[in-house]
Amino acid sequence: MTTVLEATHLGKSYRGRWALRDCSITIPSGHVVGIVGPNGAGKSTLLNMAAGLISPSAGTIEVLGATPGVSPTQLAKVGFVAQENPVYPGLSIADHLSLGSHLNPSWDQEFATDRLRALNLNQRQRAGKLSGGQRAQLGLTMALAKRPDLLLLDEPVASLDPLARREFLQQLMDTVAGRDVSVVLSSHLVSDVERVCDYLIVLASSKVQVAGDVDDLLAMHHRLIGPRQNAEAVLANQHVIEASHTDKQSTLIVRSDGPVSDPDWTIESISLEDLVLAYMTRAKTESVEHQGSNS
Amino acid sequence: MTWLAWRQFRTQALIALGVTAVLAVFLALTGPHLLHVFDTTVRHCARHNDCLSVQSNYRRMAHWANALNIIVIVVPALIGVFWGAPLIARELEGGTFRVAWTQSVTRQRWTTTKLAVVGLASVVTAGLFSLMVTWWQSPSDTLGASPYSTFDSRDIVPLAYAAFAFALGVALGCIIRRTIPAMASTLAVFIGVRVAVLQYVRPHYLSPVHLVTNFVAPGPTSGPVSQGSGTGWTISSVLKNAAGKVIGQNGGVGPNGNIDFRGFGNGVVKFVGVGTCPNKFPAQLRSGGGTASQGPPPDVQRAVEKCVNSFHLKNVLTYQPGSRYWTFQWIEFSLYLTLALALIGFSVWWIRKRIT
Repeated sequence: MTTVLEATHLGKSYRGRWALRDCSITIPSGHVVGIVGPNGAGKSTLLNMAAGLISPSAGTIEVLGATPGVSPTQLAKVGFVAQENPVYPGLSIADHLSLGSHLNPSWDQEFATDRLRALNLNQRQRAGKLSGGQRAQLGLTMALAKRPDLLLLDEPVASLDPLARREFLQQLMDTVAGRDVSVVLSSHLVSDVERVCDYLIVLASSKVQVAGDVDDLLAMHHRLIGPRQNAEAVLANQHVIEASHTDKQSTLIVRSDGPVSDPDWTIESISLEDLVLAYMTRAKTESVEHQGSNS
Repeated sequence: MTWLAWRQFRTQALIALGVTAVLAVFLALTGPHLLHVFDTTVRHCARHNDCLSVQSNYRRMAHWANALNIIVIVVPALIGVFWGAPLIARELEGGTFRVAWTQSVTRQRWTTTKLAVVGLASVVTAGLFSLMVTWWQSPSDTLGASPYSTFDSRDIVPLAYAAFAFALGVALGCIIRRTIPAMASTLAVFIGVRVAVLQYVRPHYLSPVHLVTNFVAPGPTSGPVSQGSGTGWTISSVLKNAAGKVIGQNGGVGPNGNIDFRGFGNGVVKFVGVGTCPNKFPAQLRSGGGTASQGPPPDVQRAVEKCVNSFHLKNVLTYQPGSRYWTFQWIEFSLYLTLALALIGFSVWWIRKRIT
């Protein structure tokens, strides 16, 4: 398995405050990877570092085997769609494509023109007058026309309304399907990721909480419901991620390494949202405890 | 990358070109006529002894002169505010640097290309304005007492001002990261530096020449005696006493350059601010009588002269000779160009290392 992104103890601090701290992460190639996590988890910082826009304060990061942004060759291999989908308001859509063709040796003008035509975007329109969804499409088209090996999308749909959100993600999937490109996108909404990603990374409190193939993750995680008194005596091959209790019964979200043999427990499958929330809750609890023990 | 730099700058460049063309046409239409009038009247006025009226007549025709000087002085500031400050700040503010820096072009190349295209345009624009106005004003400049009076709007210094203003705008834009505040602070700092250099630095480019003359008593009809430096630039004109202490400015005693005598009866008279005259005066002096427009009687005038001479006062005129004009132009040019290059270097470094 080759990797597109490898970070080791990666950290970024701004005036003494850590936006991302001690983050080690490996992203395999050939996937559509979703990075989910709460706001402020460091998703954007991680993706901006991967695009070479910001440099680490600690640790190392390698993208496609090289330091991000180090050379034109490395830059040509990575397509990036920034958060809020910035465009040059005074330039037309055609100007943006010219920009791309002048600045990228591997630029595919035909692809870009065809894609924008299919989206019913008038090339003579000024980018400043585009809607959020259209700006996102322009950004995605520019990033894809570079013919990158890796496409990074930083919260691509965060500023879009639900309909535009679904459309954008659907078109993203249609476009990358059959192309030899790895995709990494970040979102704070599991529903976005669920729709398009086959590989999930939960990033919370700068730490990778869980990472893996979406199908594998869903097969591995369960909800166990059973009598309260047995809650502490869960089987050794079950890792409790989250536990909640009422007077009589306990509900556990677990990662199972093997079957649950105790017949007292009812086993239910969980949704991706439940899974992500369980890990995010655990991370939040741990970081609160961590801060508590520090002070 | 040159394509993008030019595409983003195109509108501003065309506006500048339009304004330059309008000014060029105006100057080209009026300049030759003025030159003709100058050649036929002013140049030979000494022969007809009517220089005063001919010159004032000519100046009236060239009443655009001051406005043109102001334009040449203002252009570098506008370049700094409208071309320099937004160049990087607008990209940082709008987030478009994330688009630019993730194309297949390194950040350094993006920075240097943008700076080269717009920086060159800044210097060329200021150069054209200076060239046009210097040419148009060349006849009337020969009438002015000192070339230093139009130092800031002639020849080569406007080019360096423009380079400096542009680089200052870029650097402040990098640090402030917001367009409007960067524009405002560029204007403020540019004016501050220009005024400070003019006031405190330019007079010391070369050590000035001192011209020492004996202070003589004012004549019957003359007021304070002010000694000019011809085509030079007067830095200061002071009055010193025999001990070498400065006791007055502008050809007189005290900060305002007054020359006053005050009588105390019995012929005892005081030279105000200097001392009591050693000689007695023949008649009672009215207060401040030394500068009365009617003039004192001849015997009083002789007493005044005797009194003044007894103090051995010296006029010290400190000035930069007119022959140093081009040396000063080159020094000021180099100073601002050095500042500009330092700011450019700083900006390139800042974008590479600090915007992360």
